[in-house]
Amino acid sequence: MSPRTGPRPNVPVTIDGVEHKAFEGETVLELAQRVGVRIPTLCHLEGLSIYGGCRLCVVEVTGDRRLSPACALEVTAELEVTTQSWTLHEHRRRIVELLFAEGSHVCAFCVSSGSCELQDLATEHDVDHIHYDFAHPDAGIDASHPKYSLDRDRCVMCTRCVRVCDEVEGAHVWDVAMRGSQGRIVAGMDQPWGEVADCTWCGKCVLVCPTGALSFKGRATSEMVHDPEVVAFLSTAREQGEWLDRKADA
Amino acid sequence: MAGPIDLYDVANAERDARAHFSRRAFVCTSTGCLSAGASAIKQQLTDTVTDAGQEQGVQVVPTGCFGLCSRGPLVRVETRDQQPTLYEHVDTDTAQLIADDHLLEGRQASADTVSLELPFFARQEKVVLSNAGKIDPDRIEDYVGQGGYRALQSAVETMTPEGVVKTILRSGLRGRGGAGYPTGRKWEFLSLADGDQKYVVANGDEGDPGAYMDRTIMETDPHRVLEGLSLAGYATGASQGYIYVRAEYPLAIERLERAIREAKRAKLIGRNVLGSDFRFDIEIRIGAGAFVCGEETALMKSIQGERGTPTLRPPYPTERGLWGKPTMIQNVETLANVPVILERGAEWFASLGTSESKGTKVFALTGSLNNTGLIEVPMGITLREIVEEMGGGIPDGRAFKAAQSGGPSGGCIPAPYLDTPVDYENLQKLGSMMGSGGLVVMDETVSMPEVARFYMEFCRDESCGKCTPCRAGTVKMHAFLDRIVSGVGRRRDLQHLESLCHTVRATSMCGLGQSAPNPVFSTLEHFRDEYLELLVPDEAFGPDGNGSSPDAQRAVATSPGGVR
Repeated sequence: MSPRTGPRPNVPVTIDGVEHKAFEGETVLELAQRVGVRIPTLCHLEGLSIYGGCRLCVVEVTGDRRLSPACALEVTAELEVTTQSWTLHEHRRRIVELLFAEGSHVCAFCVSSGSCELQDLATEHDVDHIHYDFAHPDAGIDASHPKYSLDRDRCVMCTRCVRVCDEVEGAHVWDVAMRGSQGRIVAGMDQPWGEVADCTWCGKCVLVCPTGALSFKGRATSEMVHDPEVVAFLSTAREQGEWLDRKADA
Repeated sequence: MAGPIDLYDVANAERDARAHFSRRAFVCTSTGCLSAGASAIKQQLTDTVTDAGQEQGVQVVPTGCFGLCSRGPLVRVETRDQQPTLYEHVDTDTAQLIADDHLLEGRQASADTVSLELPFFARQEKVVLSNAGKIDPDRIEDYVGQGGYRALQSAVETMTPEGVVKTILRSGLRGRGGAGYPTGRKWEFLSLADGDQKYVVANGDEGDPGAYMDRTIMETDPHRVLEGLSLAGYATGASQGYIYVRAEYPLAIERLERAIREAKRAKLIGRNVLGSDFRFDIEIRIGAGAFVCGEETALMKSIQGERGTPTLRPPYPTERGLWGKPTMIQNVETLANVPVILERGAEWFASLGTSESKGTKVFALTGSLNNTGLIEVPMGITLREIVEEMGGGIPDGRAFKAAQSGGPSGGCIPAPYLDTPVDYENLQKLGSMMGSGGLVVMDETVSMPEVARFYMEFCRDESCGKCTPCRAGTVKMHAFLDRIVSGVGRRRDLQHLESLCHTVRATSMCGLGQSAPNPVFSTLEHFRDEYLELLVPDEAFGPDGNGSSPDAQRAVATSPGGVR
């Protein structure tokens, strides 16, 4: 997000008992990140549209029975949120466990081990054991692209790739097919990725993938390092017009 | 171009035409009876009458649902001097008898009949379904003949939009789709919303297993839905209406399409509604049959041609809906109430029902009952009256066990609560909900954990997959239930099931996931013993089973969500 100019933050918001001043229109997650309060996220990525699907950033709002996703919750005056509680921790841990159980996430031979947001979330939420049956899916590997490969069994359906390709690159190669636990990421009209002419080979989807689902070819275990911040950099640079050669204009 | 039709002229002409007929046969042509051969029966009656040259005096009318679907196909015969007769289980043989004896000769045929004095009929209070079994849904004249479109006419000619909103507010009408949100408040929000373009949508994406109230309303009285939607448009300033119907309802779609065509031709919708400045168009959008598309944000995505998944609220549809414009989504049954409220007055409507829940509710009565079908009853009627009197009790003398209301989002109501008056608040207090109106009655032979598993399977298959707890959680909840029902579940399976239910309820994005655990919660609350009986006792796992084994420790360590 671009550094805010204009009015100073003036919306009083209490996070975990500490009062902060928020900018108008800011989300609780943005405020928390600005003031250094950690709220776990997975599908959210700065620079992309808000999705609200992973449900890891849910927070308690005083006076509201229901939990709200911090990524989409806009600040209002006197808003009081709790980001850490035993209940929230338990909910989040179960969600992380569900993600592990529905996919095939074996860190020991994953290309992204060490650069994986799911792995980090598991550590953060004390996941030392999965209490649910593993689904052992066989959704297939698509290695038809010359540069990249997709392992759907490692996909957590965050749709970052779908959004970055549509919103930043403008190619809309990726989309979601089917529904529920059968849902999966497909390229083009459910074609092999390598045959989709719209793909510009830009690799943004690979850089933003939180797990080892999308990776550069030729990387061995733990060698794939993602760079999700590239999207924030791109959108900031676009907003600031950093593309333009100002000297040449002058 | 001709002007709009004169409603009173049409109604008078209809009445005069009716007076010519000494005998009239009404054949139910809703989906249920049609699938049992009603169209052949109707043809047979018509042919016999025509062959006898009696078509001037005897009329055969294809009509909407009579309600008693378990006894279909149904034919009702009305004559000038006799009480109407309702024939049940009509087939080609009995149809011939009815045609020969009753239609041509005027004496009752020796075929099976149902008494219209049955509590099933006598206890009903028909408001929404008042035209059911009386009119041909394919003829606009029939609807106008029953006073149809007069509410729309008097609204556009004599009332301000604010006046219509106030009337609906005063009537106390609440959304019939399930949650029971006050309808007038929604109308107010949309009428106050800024925007050059606003939309109103009729939600006919009924998806609960065993529920067919909306389908029947659309099939039986399509013009009533159009009139209700037009009135919503007039009151809120919307100029475009959509009717979202699932593709599984081909007959409803066909009849609505025809109704829209006829209403346009009669200038009851379109550029100048009934000669006024009010412009309102209606289009049908056909859903592909995903349960989640009944959720308003997913429904709007589907109308826009996108993938039918829910989006985050706020913004609410009345702020930013279809294509970013203010939009209001109303259930078909809610809209079908609107013309009557305007015609007979908010006070009349508010006199029906209970203090918080006004009017009537249509229920689809299914399961272990002697009489199943569609009933419309005043709010506040007790479940016992519905089950024992109207439903005629359980077959073979078995005992009532529970009734599931609200479909997969609702819960079960066990026998001790049979005397609870049925309204929004009471059902919620019992851990169930009104829902759209499906009421499944279960007898003593039914296993409640199996019921929970059935509904969980439904939710698992219908989850859109956007949010993690619903996508993955329903799969795992179903797996736990399956293990328990199959007799291999352990106590920790039940504990994990309950804790997972809490998480899915608390963290899911839309109503589907938030309410998916409800059948589990309510069956556990009222029938926990049945679950416990199915579990393999811990002792069966050897001497370590009492807490020293790693498995048992893990079970203890996983405390249910909600407990700190």
